[in-house]
Amino acid sequence: MRITKLKKDNLFPFLEIISEEADLWVPVKKEDKHVFKVVDDFSEIEMNSTRTILPPRKIFLPPNFNMFSVSEKGYKEDFSHVTKKILFGVHPCDIHGLIILDNFNKQAYLDSYYLEARKNTLILGLSCWPDEYCFAKSSNTHVIEEGYDLFFTNLEDFFLVWIGSSQGDDLIRLKPELFDEELKNKDIQTYINWQAERNNAYKWNINFAALPDLMELKYKDPLWERLGDACLACGSCSNVCPTCNCYNIMDKQCLGGKDGKIMRHWDACTLKEYSEVAGGENFREKRADRLKLWYTHKLQAYISKYGKPSCVGCGRCIATCPVDINVRTVGKALIGEEVDAFWARINKEVTK
Amino acid sequence: MNGENKQLTKTNPFMPETARIVRTYHLTEDVKFFQVRIVEMDKALSFKYRPGQFAMISVLGAGEAPFSISSTPSRPGLLEFCIRKAGTVTNALFRMKENDLVGFRGPYGNGFPLEKMKDKDILITVGGLGVAPLRSVLLYCLDNRDQFRRVSLLHGAKRPAEMIFREEFFALKQREDLECHLAVDEDDTGTWTENIGVVTTLFLKLKEIDIANTFALICGPPVMYKFVIKELVKLNIPKDQILMTLERRMKCGVGKCGHCAIDYVYTCLDGPVFTYWDVIHMRELI
Ligand SMILES: Cc1cc2nc3c(=O)[nH]c(=O)nc-3n(C[C@H](O)[C@H](O)[C@H](O)COP(=O)(O)OP(=O)(O)OC[C@H]3O[C@@H](n4cnc5c(N)ncnc54)[C@H](O)[C@@H]3O)c2cc1C
Ligand code: SF4
Ligand code: SF4
Ligand code: FES
Repeated sequence: MRITKLKKDNLFPFLEIISEEADLWVPVKKEDKHVFKVVDDFSEIEMNSTRTILPPRKIFLPPNFNMFSVSEKGYKEDFSHVTKKILFGVHPCDIHGLIILDNFNKQAYLDSYYLEARKNTLILGLSCWPDEYCFAKSSNTHVIEEGYDLFFTNLEDFFLVWIGSSQGDDLIRLKPELFDEELKNKDIQTYINWQAERNNAYKWNINFAALPDLMELKYKDPLWERLGDACLACGSCSNVCPTCNCYNIMDKQCLGGKDGKIMRHWDACTLKEYSEVAGGENFREKRADRLKLWYTHKLQAYISKYGKPSCVGCGRCIATCPVDINVRTVGKALIGEEVDAFWARINKEVTK
Repeated sequence: MNGENKQLTKTNPFMPETARIVRTYHLTEDVKFFQVRIVEMDKALSFKYRPGQFAMISVLGAGEAPFSISSTPSRPGLLEFCIRKAGTVTNALFRMKENDLVGFRGPYGNGFPLEKMKDKDILITVGGLGVAPLRSVLLYCLDNRDQFRRVSLLHGAKRPAEMIFREEFFALKQREDLECHLAVDEDDTGTWTENIGVVTTLFLKLKEIDIANTFALICGPPVMYKFVIKELVKLNIPKDQILMTLERRMKCGVGKCGHCAIDYVYTCLDGPVFTYWDVIHMRELI
């Protein structure tokens, strides 16, 4: 893969040029967190952002969009959510998340709503530095070799830029003189040092390899009931997770007329109505059972099928769940570590 | 980018075909029969499916829901469904008349493994609305009678008036190449000439069963599975020859929305037909 160099002073001019090609979404600060946003002023960009509140899929596949407009004449497809977008500042773990979703949406039936939107979204990755929640190294998703058009590694006064696709190359060709193909030995050494230091910056890890068996062995463990008692069934964990794909489809009729829309919106398997069938029968009435499904998907099912978890270690569930149920606490509880402290915390939340 | 949308139509798995209701009538008080035909003639005739598969039917403004195809692919052109009134979509369907149009997409799901069932004995046990998918298999077996050995049907309903396809099954009783036993839990008409009792009592009526060469197919309300499976296991029918169709909530039918997930499997792709062996290995099933 070709690697080129961009001086930091040249970043804004480069973004300026590519923002004429498509909507450019960049990470900015929102209170003490980060979000993707289209900005007029590039100085708002947070180059050292941590995880954005919502994962990148939310930018190209909105939480709620129209699939069909319906009238007496029948169904008319609506792909107005598909617009050209460039996402700058996507971290390696999130790119891994996109690869998982891409594969899922290409499997069996092609989900054209996802795939068309995705095809029109260029991914400009950006290296990051782990904070206390990150554990992407455990799932080997802290580095990325594919799935991006350009990838910017943020070093001292320059970026090393990996060119991952011909569309990425096209962007660079818009103004090649901003880039510097000639890499000096010093630059390469800077990169090597940076990488070693970053690898050591991960503060904790989780042994994913042990979890599929533990999910099986502890499937009936009372720990699930206790987690279920604490869970608020708010669905936030699914909304923030970069590898959750579930959605619901609803008809929306316009008042008084025959015309309507068929809307698709995010759904979460932790919500109660998710598995209800006719006659009010619910195969997952209990919160504990719904959490088991969520964690089966993150920690077991995907590992058995593809040899890696469908958790990319972004830490969003850790940063988000109001009662501290997340991959870290559940993983540790399964492994049998830190259990007491965990339950003390959970119980505190429950009695609050 | 909107202008380019047209070319997507063919690849959009959510795009329904238009289908016409050509016949509809009540089978019981809350179950209606629907015969539909895809409006485009060549599509109607080339539509391929296998017994046990389902389709998504939609009513403009009301929504979409999955229904088992009740007809058999051995009689192409028309598709049949029996639908129970349960909520928004089904209520809207109940209000529709002959010649009205519905949205239709499918077929989805795995269906029954007909290749494996060939040259075997077929034992079908149904309760209530379970006839919907199993009628398709039954008619398929009868239309291709030489491909199967003994074919038997055990059919249970609460009361005579609730027996779906009652007349059709009474007529089938006349066939010598089909063993058909019908039962009701209670007879409130005083005119019922067949068995009285739950469907499991019909097992006693069966002639000797060639265990190793029998495929047992079950569909009915959740409670029925437990009791029927117990009987079949008692008879020593191999667990991977006990086939059942399962109902889960479904929104997309194409393995994407996640609603039908059980453990690892998506009922809409990997099911709705499962063997009892599969079921034992799925932690959340029945
Ligand atoms: C593979 C499969 C085959 C089926 N075959 C038949 C059939 O042949 N005949 C028949 O009458 N019914 C069948 N069903 C059930 C049928 O899909 C539901 O009765 C229907 O979805 C209810 O929709 P509604 O809009 O009328 O009800 P709603 O207004 O949506 O709700 C009524 C109740 O149905 C539940 N429900 C909503 N959506 C679904 C759904 N997609 N699946 C199951 N329950 C749901 C709701 O939680 C609620 O409890 C089948 C279901 C599946 C999964
Ligand atoms: S499970 Fe949690 S840490 Fe893993 S990818 Fe999802 S949100 Fe991120
Ligand atoms: S686990 Fe946490 S974030 Fe997820 S639904 Fe329960 S309370 Fe909400
Ligand atoms: S119905 Fe959507 S995944 Fe099965």
